[in-house]
Amino acid sequence: MKNVFSRRQMGIPYGVFLAFFVAAPLIVLFYYAFTNGSGQFTLNNLKNFFVDPNTMGTLCYSIVLAVTVTLVCLVIAYPVAYILAGSALKRKGVILMLFVLPMWINFTLRITALKEILSLIEGNLAFHPFLNTVIGMTYDFLPFMILPLYTTLSRLDSSLIEAAGDLGADSFQTFIKVIFPLSIPGIVSGVSMVFLPAMTNYVVLDMLYNSTYIMGSLIGSYFSAYDWHNGSMIALILLFIIGIVAVVSEGNDTENTGRGLV
Amino acid sequence: MKKGFRYGWIGLVLLFMYAPILILAVYSFTDAANIGPFRSFSVHNYVTLFTTPELLNMILGSVILAVGSGLIATILGTSGAIGAFYSKKRVKMAMSALNQVPVVNADVVTGFSMCILLVVVFGVSKDTYIPLVLGHVVLSAPFVYLAVVPKLKQMDPSIYEAALDLGATPFYALVKVIIPEIASGILSGFVMAITLSLDDYFVATYTKPATFDTISTYVVNATKGSQTEIKTALWALSTIIFLVVVVVELVLNLAPAKKAAGEETEIDE
Repeated sequence: MKNVFSRRQMGIPYGVFLAFFVAAPLIVLFYYAFTNGSGQFTLNNLKNFFVDPNTMGTLCYSIVLAVTVTLVCLVIAYPVAYILAGSALKRKGVILMLFVLPMWINFTLRITALKEILSLIEGNLAFHPFLNTVIGMTYDFLPFMILPLYTTLSRLDSSLIEAAGDLGADSFQTFIKVIFPLSIPGIVSGVSMVFLPAMTNYVVLDMLYNSTYIMGSLIGSYFSAYDWHNGSMIALILLFIIGIVAVVSEGNDTENTGRGLV
Repeated sequence: MKKGFRYGWIGLVLLFMYAPILILAVYSFTDAANIGPFRSFSVHNYVTLFTTPELLNMILGSVILAVGSGLIATILGTSGAIGAFYSKKRVKMAMSALNQVPVVNADVVTGFSMCILLVVVFGVSKDTYIPLVLGHVVLSAPFVYLAVVPKLKQMDPSIYEAALDLGATPFYALVKVIIPEIASGILSGFVMAITLSLDDYFVATYTKPATFDTISTYVVNATKGSQTEIKTALWALSTIIFLVVVVVELVLNLAPAKKAAGEETEIDE
């Protein structure tokens, strides 16, 4: 055999790359999370997380913040996606593009812009840290909620809606009994796109002068203190939460990764 | 729902999303230090942006990093997608699963774990830029992979076989048959990779050399400082990026839409 090239071999470099830079970092993370400074196995890092009122408080605050942001995004985005999907506008694509376009602009610059406006309205941002963070994150993550919802709603089989009407359902009943249940995959995928960044993107808090910590900022603070072991444990706990969210959303939806939509 | 309410809602949400950027764009052409009263029209911010070495280095550095890591990610992701697609089911599933990890993972965790592996365990100096570039490739290559796989699925497998039957070597058939078929996926993966790199803050913070700044890390530090000159120059940068994004988006989305006038949706997929 002179010709040894085959298409399968093309996967080798990327396979090796994934093993070294995706799998290996996770293994190392795991190792650091369960060892102490002298390399001995310990569960102290895990215990620290649950015993320390600061880290537990941070976890609770992250969850409250992430749930709030996700709900606000959903309430704003659902009507947008619904109206766009149902409209007969010729230039629908252009309007959808308008909603997607901000995703392409560096988020720190967008938050800077928002911060200027909020400062003008509120005077001092320090008075409403939670509210400002919710506004900031909604501003940042809204497109990630709109896109999967729109994709799901625009693919709805319109004959089902007509059938509901023919069978005597009014438009409210049709929405509750037919459209909403069918759009749940889109909701799940949008929620998973927004919930996780809202738990981890501490730059938004930072830029809007919110001095409270979220899960992401814990990693940042351990990083600054060169505390790899406790930092790894926080990262591992985050990974665990991410894993749960991924598994739950996987069951409902397979093809949609909003971040990948260009 | 009434028509007025519908378009009112769409309009309100668009206003929320665009008002900050557009207001900032207007103010970038004034001499104001804050949004509010200003004295006169001025291009001072744009002059500062393009004459301050610190700002220029940061912009240039971010662009080089984005294009460089984007190219590596595109080559790796594309070849990986082709390799995995034609491999046995188990190999394919393992690669797709690993590929999915950075996609669903929080960027903080990706950045932190890369830092631990490369800097803490292997002792690679951050000043070599190796952790930073690798970090950005990890961040973006999976999206190239995800952009290419659907194109491979759409492809008619018999074209490649026909090429082989007609005497093409596998490599020649790959370059002449497969690559052109999946080119649009490769391109959108590349654009995606560049955007992800330019947008990234977290991986860069954990892996960058102390003296180097990307747009994100620079902006975050600048908003903490009190240098008004720099702050308003960043308004100019924001405006320029906005315009570039609008132009790129128009070219990418509206040009092909015109060609395929019969198709319904232009953007999703």
